[in-house]
Amino acid sequence: MEDIKVLGFWSSPYVHRVIWALKLKGISYEYIEVERHGKSQLLRQSNPVYNKVPVLIHGGKSIAESMVILQYIEDTWPHNPLLPNDPYDRALARFWIKFGEDSIASITDLFMRPSKDEKERAIEIEKAQETLQVMEEKGIGEKKFFGGNNIGMVDLAYGLLCHWLEGLEEITGLKLIDPSRFPRLHAWTQNFKQVPVIKENLPDYEKLVVHLQWRRQQYM
Amino acid sequence: MEDLKLHGFWYSPFTVRVVWTLKLKGLSYENIEEDRSNKSPQLLQYNPVHKKTPVLVHGGKPICESMVIVEYIDELWPQNPLLPHDPYERAQARFWVAFAEQMVPVIPALVYSTNAEEKEKAVEKAREHLKVLEDHCLADKRKFFGGDKLNIVDIAFGSLLEFLITLEDLKQVKILVAEKFPLLHLWLDNFKNAPIIKENYPDREKILATMKPAMERRFPSS
Repeated sequence: MEDIKVLGFWSSPYVHRVIWALKLKGISYEYIEVERHGKSQLLRQSNPVYNKVPVLIHGGKSIAESMVILQYIEDTWPHNPLLPNDPYDRALARFWIKFGEDSIASITDLFMRPSKDEKERAIEIEKAQETLQVMEEKGIGEKKFFGGNNIGMVDLAYGLLCHWLEGLEEITGLKLIDPSRFPRLHAWTQNFKQVPVIKENLPDYEKLVVHLQWRRQQYM
Repeated sequence: MEDLKLHGFWYSPFTVRVVWTLKLKGLSYENIEEDRSNKSPQLLQYNPVHKKTPVLVHGGKPICESMVIVEYIDELWPQNPLLPHDPYERAQARFWVAFAEQMVPVIPALVYSTNAEEKEKAVEKAREHLKVLEDHCLADKRKFFGGDKLNIVDIAFGSLLEFLITLEDLKQVKILVAEKFPLLHLWLDNFKNAPIIKENYPDREKILATMKPAMERRFPSS
């Protein structure tokens, strides 16, 4: 058996990207729960630049940054591919992964670090909605998943928009992915969570909401 | 001949990355210079999401985002490979490319800083990133980030660091100080003198001559 370890924190959507990718490819690994606030020596050694989860350790060699890890998993275990075969379609997938990476922080900040100024808050919300509009029209478009009929790496990258975002929406009362405004994106959140590997590998919702609530209060 | 068109902006560090990649692979292409204040309808059509350069159009199909374009070119034209073959080495290269992309916001933060405090904050952020590079990437005194031959990481940082130095002059700040970043200085020297990079290296004086008046208009010096 291959020596594969995943350093993670139970609530992290970024860690879940890695878990989903490994499970989708049927790869066994040892999961090691690591404390969030940089006290783990193993974490510091294996991710000296960021000191963050997730980290994949394969045969003693560490890889950090969730999307880099996903690409590594794809390169190392090409079966059940997460990226399209065609180079052009792959480039499109990478574009959408980058778009997601660039937008996700501002979307979560909307909930976790809201502006106290009313005017600024309105602008923040509008910007987030514009971003979602792009995802709705150009990202998902007519497809069931970002990856087409089946989920792919782009879907894993956007995974945080369901479950985690639902928790934040519940805590704050701000319904961002409103089904009447973003029907395709909303449908995607429901379809994504129904995929067996995803469904069986999500943090407990109630526990997550408590955790997000606590983290939000830390900031405010 | 390949049907390649590059919609770019002559002094953009993102366009330069694509130019270097095309030249390193010996590819001919049609260069379409975009005017940022008057973007072509083709650009708006090819990059409807961001409406930005660079966009590579291959056989009529557009690819956007500089590092996505670089990887696309590298996949289709494997000569002078920019990504290593070994998956672990590839992951390391991708990690540092991701780091380069995380550095990018420093540029607008610096360019559009309206007071000394904002400027200092941007400079500090830039220095923090550079320190990580200096300490983690070049410690073994390698010639390029790619080792003996330059690779995708060199491309990613080359244009960024060159643009940062240009901004040092423009904004009257010091970031890439030789005493603090000796390895980075050595690396940049190796990089700008590498074949093909050398012949396609941004003309700092020309860029400053263009950017200075625009900066003056926007931020008149007190």
